[in-house]
Amino acid sequence: MSEHKNFRIRWGMAIDLDKCTGCGACVVSCQVENNNAPLVDASDKERIVNWLTVYRLENGKSFPDAEVAYLPRPCMQCGNPSCVPVCPVVATDKNEEGGIVSQIYPRCIGCRYCMAACPYHVRVFNWFDPVWPKGMEKTLTPFTSTRPRGVVEKCNFCHQRWDMAKEKARKDGTDPMDLPEGAYVPACVETCPTGALVFGDLNNKDHKVSQLAHGPHARRLLERLGGDPQVYYISRRDWVLDLLDNHLAGEAGHGKAEGGHHG
Amino acid sequence: MAKPIDSALFPGDFPRCSLLKFLIWLSFWGVLFLAGIYAAYVVFANGLGMTGLTNYFAFGLYITFDLAVIALGAGAFFSGLLRYILNMDELKNIINLAVIGGFFCYSGAMLILTMELGQPLRAWFGFWHPNVHSMLTEVIFCISCYLLVLTIEYVPLIMEQKHLNKVPFLHNFAHNMHIFMPLFAGIGAFLSTFHQGSLGGMYGVMFARPFVFREGFFIWPWTFFLFVMSAAAVGPCFTTLICKCIELASGRQMTTWKVKQLMGKISGTMLSLYLFFKLIDTYNWAVNLLPTLGETYEQMFHGLVYGQWLFWLELGVCGVIPAVILLMKPLRNNHTLFWTACILACVGISLNRYTVTVQGLAAPVMPFDVWRVYTPRWTEILPSIMVLAYGVIIVSLSYRYLPVFPQEKELNQAPAEG
Repeated sequence: MSEHKNFRIRWGMAIDLDKCTGCGACVVSCQVENNNAPLVDASDKERIVNWLTVYRLENGKSFPDAEVAYLPRPCMQCGNPSCVPVCPVVATDKNEEGGIVSQIYPRCIGCRYCMAACPYHVRVFNWFDPVWPKGMEKTLTPFTSTRPRGVVEKCNFCHQRWDMAKEKARKDGTDPMDLPEGAYVPACVETCPTGALVFGDLNNKDHKVSQLAHGPHARRLLERLGGDPQVYYISRRDWVLDLLDNHLAGEAGHGKAEGGHHG
Repeated sequence: MAKPIDSALFPGDFPRCSLLKFLIWLSFWGVLFLAGIYAAYVVFANGLGMTGLTNYFAFGLYITFDLAVIALGAGAFFSGLLRYILNMDELKNIINLAVIGGFFCYSGAMLILTMELGQPLRAWFGFWHPNVHSMLTEVIFCISCYLLVLTIEYVPLIMEQKHLNKVPFLHNFAHNMHIFMPLFAGIGAFLSTFHQGSLGGMYGVMFARPFVFREGFFIWPWTFFLFVMSAAAVGPCFTTLICKCIELASGRQMTTWKVKQLMGKISGTMLSLYLFFKLIDTYNWAVNLLPTLGETYEQMFHGLVYGQWLFWLELGVCGVIPAVILLMKPLRNNHTLFWTACILACVGISLNRYTVTVQGLAAPVMPFDVWRVYTPRWTEILPSIMVLAYGVIIVSLSYRYLPVFPQEKELNQAPAEG
């Protein structure tokens, strides 16, 4: 069984579901930043190699009371990850400072037990050899490895950007373990046109993400399962917050919802 | 009638069918086996995208089939335990078949497992970079070691082939291996208990999957113990069914009804024990555990494919009914009821392995997620048939050329027992 670890820095994300328009910019930027090969066509979405998915939520009411919300879902970087203790070869771990759940691609044997254990479906498998359309291989970022067929991969909060931010801090003579807000942000956060995604150190009270996470409108996805996610969802709408965790009859409202596209 | 041209290889002077008939039989299963090999080639060459598996269904028919055959192959470890450790002498008449059954089930499962890995060439990482917290690590270790033990248990039987046994070295080697067989039976029972349990534990520890998650005893979830008990329950049933299939195919009697009854009684006892705990576990899951996870019993089932009928079929029709038949002597002694119970028990445990694998992953956990349907593709179905064909070939060759059944001669000289 896994043990809960404490880290000095705990990178986390706050996603304002009232601001998210479901535009998908985060999905595209994630795909480009992390060298995710595109699908050959759109007929095989359940084998897509996207690390971030946007779900569409509905309150289940008819016009004019109908409401919609969009829920971007990166890896939750759980404090008590369900994926880590099950991996037979320690290809996934949560040990490094920062509290990011890592994935070592050259060690992964492709058993997919971590995918089975994760209720958020954040882990994707390389079902086929990755192929980029002719010419697109020139756009691959050199800072992210490409992955072969047969391994599991996942969002790592654009870990390479953290490495670069630390290097820059060292070069500038500042403490790489005390980065100012904004020195390290994942691609999805940087690209979000409405500012719905906020990123920072959850342990640093000066970071906006920490304040949002501790605010009255924050809730985590499937909180009661005990994964202790480091991604917080913000909404001022009760039905949206209630949808983030499973509710039994008699508990707080539980609206009707539809799954969005999913990889 | 003229003797088959390979009659010199037969054990004792037992009659066997003609070589041509036997080769036609082997060819049929050989074609099925080769079809599975072709499917395996397609998957190895093009990746697991050729299967029906998706990001949603990380596990599918491969794992279901593995779990099922490993449970059915448990006759080897449990019969071995009873025969060699607890000295149930009567089982000596069927223990060879139990070992052969276990061998083909486990080696067949290993064949499928290599296909199931996205990176089969890294399979050895399980030994090189083991995660001691992972139930799958325990499975990798125990299942590999247990296959080795089964091979060690099978080898002396091969060496007892009439001509091989004339070689003094092989004769003495086989004899000495027989002397040490209780040791191997003990090691096998230990290893098999742990990996059968860990296969169940693999599911029980998935705390974010309400369909399969179970709180448990010490470091093990209840599924650990349930899988051990259920495997011990169906293993003897499956061995007895193989025996019956050989009897039907050969038209000869291999063991006495008394031995079969004993195997059935063992299965019935273990099945009842299993069901006692399984029903308690299921009640606790539905009434106490699920609500703490924000789910209800009804939410665990959906439509026809994942309907409650599976639940009642597994626990009722294929659980309680065979347990009652196998446990009660008057019912067990009825031929039709006995064989029906054996088949139902095997189906029930296979169904259990299906539901924890497929339904466990199909049940949506995020409240805005939806049920998905998993359909295995031919690349998964053919390799499963391949393992069955492989099993038939192994059993057929063993029966034809090896002294598998000590009672065969005696039973087929006297009038058949009722």
